[in-house]
Amino acid sequence: MTGKAHCYKRDHINTDEIIPARYLNMDREADLAQHAMEDIDPEFVKKINQGDFIIAGEDFGCGSSREHAVWALRGAGVRAVIADTFARIFYRNCVNNGFLAIECPGISQQVDSGDELEIDIEKGIIKNRTKGDQYTFQPITGFAREVIGAGGLLNYIAGKVV
Amino acid sequence: MGATITEKILAAHCGRTQVNPGELINAEIDVIMCHDVTTTPAIDMLTDRGLSRVAHPERVVVIPDHFVPNKDIKSAEMVAKIRRWAKEQGIDKFYELGRHGVCHALLPEQGYVRPGITIVCGDSHTCTHGALGAFSTGIGSTDLAATLATGKLWFKVPETILFRLNGKLGKGVYAKDVILEIIRQIGVDGALYKAMEFTGELIDELSVEARMTICNMAIEAGGKSGIINPDQKTINYVEAHTAEPFKIFKSDSDAEYCRIVEINVTDLEPLVAFPHLPSNGKPVWQVGEIPVDQAYIGSCTNGRIEDLRVAAEILKNRQVAKNTRMIVVPATTNIWKQANQEGLLDIFMAAGAAVSTPTCGACLGGHMGILAAGERCISSTNRNFIGRMGSPQSEVYLASPATVAASAVAGKIADPRNYM
Ligand code: SF4
Repeated sequence: MTGKAHCYKRDHINTDEIIPARYLNMDREADLAQHAMEDIDPEFVKKINQGDFIIAGEDFGCGSSREHAVWALRGAGVRAVIADTFARIFYRNCVNNGFLAIECPGISQQVDSGDELEIDIEKGIIKNRTKGDQYTFQPITGFAREVIGAGGLLNYIAGKVV
Repeated sequence: MGATITEKILAAHCGRTQVNPGELINAEIDVIMCHDVTTTPAIDMLTDRGLSRVAHPERVVVIPDHFVPNKDIKSAEMVAKIRRWAKEQGIDKFYELGRHGVCHALLPEQGYVRPGITIVCGDSHTCTHGALGAFSTGIGSTDLAATLATGKLWFKVPETILFRLNGKLGKGVYAKDVILEIIRQIGVDGALYKAMEFTGELIDELSVEARMTICNMAIEAGGKSGIINPDQKTINYVEAHTAEPFKIFKSDSDAEYCRIVEINVTDLEPLVAFPHLPSNGKPVWQVGEIPVDQAYIGSCTNGRIEDLRVAAEILKNRQVAKNTRMIVVPATTNIWKQANQEGLLDIFMAAGAAVSTPTCGACLGGHMGILAAGERCISSTNRNFIGRMGSPQSEVYLASPATVAASAVAGKIADPRNYM
């Protein structure tokens, strides 16, 4: 998959910034998407194109457990978040939604906004077409992989329960 | 080799005698708590997939708290939907307005938290309940839906960091200052994915409520859970709130920890966490002149009766400063009643503070105390992220209820020790 990078080179970007609590009286992806990243970058929704990537520092998604953060990003068109590290509940929510969260330590220092990235999930390789660089990450395996493959946790258990 | 309390509880909930950190397990969940914000999406997900039957309605406790009393039409619809759903599913533990409270304060108060059980809720501060020796962790809506449908949830068994807290708290220093100090030392991701186990002579000394304040903020260090080995105080508390039986698990003396952090609290001073991270703690006497527009006491961190008593002690026969407004939100209906009986609410109102019915409200910038751009709030809550209590241009400073009360009187961030 290929797309453009949108970099937020900060650590601890929290779920209040990804989707502020004032919008938590809604839960439709399309509604939430209008306000994705609003408090960190009011222009975000205008900039992002379907299939683009967010690049961030450490502990992305810390704070509240609101899954609305994942839905807002996905609704806005984000294909994957690539961060140095992720906060636990956010990462879990990504897996549970079949949404790609790629942990790639150091990535925030190497990529700039606008860079064209190509990601090979199987091999764990990110190619930076703009800079001609290449970065590697631990491919997602095991249970998380199965859940993502099923399109999320509920599809996964629905396959087993029903 | 021994095991930690967390490993023992998780093992007992997946039919094993032992589990090891890093292992993936599917654990039986004893209590599933649902609040207004994260539950409605879970209900839709289940309905969409034909999984609409809750596996164990008797394990579910529903507590709308974030936007109650309903903030607007959308929130009203959310709560209406959960109320309907609870009826359909035969869930009788529904806490209607008037018997309500902030979920993490209400759950233990109503006797649902017992040592040795597993608890999940679609809320990050679910780690609070580890204070009573339970494994309790925050999850998202999909996890919640899965747990409702199956009664079980997948976990990676966490490694545990042991925090050994020794020494005695000085005057004006509270559990809140201790947890702010811990987060200051290890950082907001210092315990990422880990269980945080608290022990030592300070913990022995602290009340069960104060222990809840500490476990409540485990998530602010990235922790999966906070936990404290049960002792006689725990047992007394639990027995006073429920007749249900429980089993006590404790960490073995030779349990393995991935890290041990020793802190002596004797010289600890009241702390204030500066915007925009809970780890930005500074001793209160070093903060300089910081006028505050709002002082807020409430939330699952510090909205319990002990917190209100401490604040009232400072506000008694004093006035909230002219250019400051103060809001006090007892965390549950029972706490409200108790505070009323003890005359605490009168003290707050005589001082010029507004007292409201329990709600999460302003804590998450929902309603009933939102900050305008450029405004500053000193708050007994747990998060001071950008925009947490309102405008992205506002600021939140975290502190103990004593420091908040002193600051309300001074109109600027103030040392509670000068008011005691
Ligand atoms: S009081 Fe604040 S932190 Fe606690 S559950 Fe409510 S919104 Fe969350």
